[in-house]
Amino acid sequence: MTMRRIIKPCGLHCIRVNHLSVRAGEQQILSDINLHIHCGSLNAVIGKNGAGKSTLIRAILNDIPHSGSIEFKDRENGFLQRLKIGYVPQSLNLEEHSPISVYDMMACFQSRFPVFLKKSRSLRKRIEDSLELFEAGELIDRQVCRLSGGQLQRVLLSMAVMDEPNLLLLDEPVSGIDQNGMELFYRTIYDLKEHYDLAVILISHDLDYVARYADKVILLDQTVLKQGTVKEVYRSEEFQSVFAKSAAIV
Amino acid sequence: MGAMFSWLQFDFMKLAFGAILLITPLFGLMGTMIVSRRMAFFSDALGHSALTGIAVGVVFGIGDTNWSMILFAVVFALLLNKISSTGQAAADTVISVFSSLSIALGLAILSRGGNFSKYSSLLVGDILSISKKELLYLGVLLAVVIVFWFLFFNWLQALSIHRALARSRQIPIVWMEYLFAVLVALVVMLSIRWVGILIINALLILPAAASRNLSVNLREYHFFALLFSVFSGVLGLILSYYANVATGPTIVILAAVIYFATYVYGKKGLL
Repeated sequence: MTMRRIIKPCGLHCIRVNHLSVRAGEQQILSDINLHIHCGSLNAVIGKNGAGKSTLIRAILNDIPHSGSIEFKDRENGFLQRLKIGYVPQSLNLEEHSPISVYDMMACFQSRFPVFLKKSRSLRKRIEDSLELFEAGELIDRQVCRLSGGQLQRVLLSMAVMDEPNLLLLDEPVSGIDQNGMELFYRTIYDLKEHYDLAVILISHDLDYVARYADKVILLDQTVLKQGTVKEVYRSEEFQSVFAKSAAIV
Repeated sequence: MGAMFSWLQFDFMKLAFGAILLITPLFGLMGTMIVSRRMAFFSDALGHSALTGIAVGVVFGIGDTNWSMILFAVVFALLLNKISSTGQAAADTVISVFSSLSIALGLAILSRGGNFSKYSSLLVGDILSISKKELLYLGVLLAVVIVFWFLFFNWLQALSIHRALARSRQIPIVWMEYLFAVLVALVVMLSIRWVGILIINALLILPAAASRNLSVNLREYHFFALLFSVFSGVLGLILSYYANVATGPTIVILAAVIYFATYVYGKKGLL
């Protein structure tokens, strides 16, 4: 079975990022990040290029050394649980002609049954079901390196939700996706957080979409300059100083 | 029929044939992952380190220089893996520096007193000189690689698709990278005497590269890589016997022909 669909997220789980810092040699890339993320919420991280947005994602993924902690708690009784993260990268490390189908890729991440040997029928069904959630079922036998930007995004999303994550981490697609694709992307994410018991942290470059879809906005520049609702952040002085030129769109 | 297999009447040809049947699937399999992970440079550097390993053995007066060669290669592989996994853009330059230094050291030490001719067979390899015991080593190695493939192929493939994504799925990526590096070192070292330093990398890369020209999924990729590898190996051995030329280069020439044929075929398929 694919992900358990529920009517409303319970709102009782939360993810806390405590005093997270990252440094590379002498340089402080992120310092003292504190976040409080509720399940069922879409949290958009915005900031200039080089503000440390991607570094934040990599630190939460534990892909780079960092200090501080990330906790996943039940709000009722404060029990700590293991946090399952679904991650959607912006792009993959695949060259042209890579002989890897969508089935192959998802099976590699999802199962220990040797992919090079033969297809597993039950696994194929599970993968297909998950792809269907994002209207990508017909892509299952396509070569991953030949997918369009939007198709790849949907495949990666289905892969990310396959083992029922508590937290979905994503980089907004920047290339290869047209206006319709972006609209679809945001609507899908919105739909996900509305109907499944998970929290979303999304790195975004488009303040317009963030204004329309995010529950919470985190303005980042080495540290959290401001966080809160769209209104609270977009009307703040910090926001004005970071996005002085583009502020007109709000 | 009898005439076709007349070359098999000699014991050394039987052993060589056995060696081909073990080495080529081994290389076909390892090659798929080496090409996927873009480690061609890495395996090439490892091949070069064979000379240094032997030289180290000679300097320290070790009786069987195979041991020093294998040990050196494993250490070298761990070091190279460490350098590449830092993810710096200059990793290929650094690997190249180490590789050149290691081959220069090896050549310098082994050529002392004008004795290098003793080791020159290492450069081209001589599959006709393989013994039964050495054939057994290759068989064990092939079994190890197959077991490794069944256990860890998915993880290795996942991490070559996206490292951070693999890490987010609790795949022990650092372990996998080191294990695979050591496995490449063992495969290269245990076959280098039969295949030769100069062409070992071609044998690892060509079948997988040719297979990529045709394949759209991982099952086809493995199937064609194994097929091309074994086919060019067996045919290469027979042709080299009748044409009286070195076996390794003959196999490489055949594998290269297959590569170009599949390249042209693959391009046509796109039109």
